[in-house]
Amino acid sequence: MELLHQTWNLFKKEVLLEWRSKYAFNGVLLYVVSTVFICYISFSLTPGFTGSKGYPIVWNVLFWIIILFASVNAIAKSFMQESKSRLLYYYSIASPQAIILSKTIYNILLMSLLSILALLVYLLFFTNTIGDPLFYFLSVLLGSISFSTVFTMISAIASKAGNNGTLMAILSFPVIIPVILILIRLSKSAMDGLERSLSYGNIGVLCLINVIVITTSLLLFPYLWRD
Amino acid sequence: MKVIYQTWWKVLAVLLVLSTLTTGLLFRVPVLPILHETIRNLYFHVPMWIGMLSVFIISVFYSVKYLNTGKEEYDLAAVECVNTGLFFYSLGLITGMLWAKFTWGEFWSGDPKQNSAAIAFLLYCAYLVLRNSIDEEQKRAKISAIYNIFAFPIMVVLIFVLPRMTDSLHPGSGGNPAFGKYDLDNGMKIAFYPAMLGWSLMAVWIATIRYRIRLIEYKKNSIN
Repeated sequence: MELLHQTWNLFKKEVLLEWRSKYAFNGVLLYVVSTVFICYISFSLTPGFTGSKGYPIVWNVLFWIIILFASVNAIAKSFMQESKSRLLYYYSIASPQAIILSKTIYNILLMSLLSILALLVYLLFFTNTIGDPLFYFLSVLLGSISFSTVFTMISAIASKAGNNGTLMAILSFPVIIPVILILIRLSKSAMDGLERSLSYGNIGVLCLINVIVITTSLLLFPYLWRD
Repeated sequence: MKVIYQTWWKVLAVLLVLSTLTTGLLFRVPVLPILHETIRNLYFHVPMWIGMLSVFIISVFYSVKYLNTGKEEYDLAAVECVNTGLFFYSLGLITGMLWAKFTWGEFWSGDPKQNSAAIAFLLYCAYLVLRNSIDEEQKRAKISAIYNIFAFPIMVVLIFVLPRMTDSLHPGSGGNPAFGKYDLDNGMKIAFYPAMLGWSLMAVWIATIRYRIRLIEYKKNSIN
């Protein structure tokens, strides 16, 4: 109960801080919108591309790559922007599990909002070819949850090891590749409007990866924060 | 850790590997289309991965021990196990690629099993890069232990779970039966199981030698 209470309070604090500055949200939103717009302009240089055969594949893959880089940018901040003294203060009033859980939940919220907005912007610019919109939406939500859980733990490790972006990329990409492969497969079958029951296996593996990542971060974070 | 200084299991490792060299190359194997004699690669490819897996498991064990006690030796054991594991990893990839050249036609055909093995290789290379990026010894030991524990389940998912869910040409994946199910007759088992045990012991032996060298260096460099 104590853990839940602490997590909830820390989570409220994260949301409140973000609400006051709106820095991470607006920054990443602008990043996503400009990336989508750049892609739109670049692809419209080739006339007739929207009607071509490879269009749905490019549509899907491009969307996930945009979301991937947006989430790296959004979540890398979660531990790096905290000052050392403030982190020390958190650790004196709350348990380390509560801290990592609150950060993960906050990042899940942030990423879900961002990826839904990104999907809307993306749909506005690129012609929609989704066969099963509800299922595609579900896969986007699942994707933002998985990205958040993985990147939160990795950014905690990277922030302890000297705070550089290169390390974040090196550490996170091998971990995120299986996730993004499953997501692309899942969303592609949603796009083609395939039978939903065919994708249950993929959803199961994705949930399994999330469970593994969350349990390992809960187990390992208490060792990580102590200097 | 007394067992690493004893001799009996090293003798056992040598005997087992020598026995599989003879039984694996000389014993009769089932005649199958496409595979033909390349089925003997089973005795040398799979044991490499088993050897890798056993040293990686030992490495995770010592990482957990390091986090609990903070003794430097455990960190040295963990990192040397990962180094040895990466060596066996490369051997596993190379033997697999040689086999793929003869049966699938290409050294690297972008099969899901090959791709996820390459990704997991990056995962462990990232471990070594992470170690090099931190100068302070205790901090390096702690953070790399944490990353090692974090990476291991993901490696298992990548190599042993994901390829089974997609269309892969690799035996045991994507609806393809593993050799164990139909083709592994009793004659092959005589060569196969000793090979797995022998090469695992071999991997552990290499790791212990590397660990002992590291320990001597560590003691020499430490201030006392």
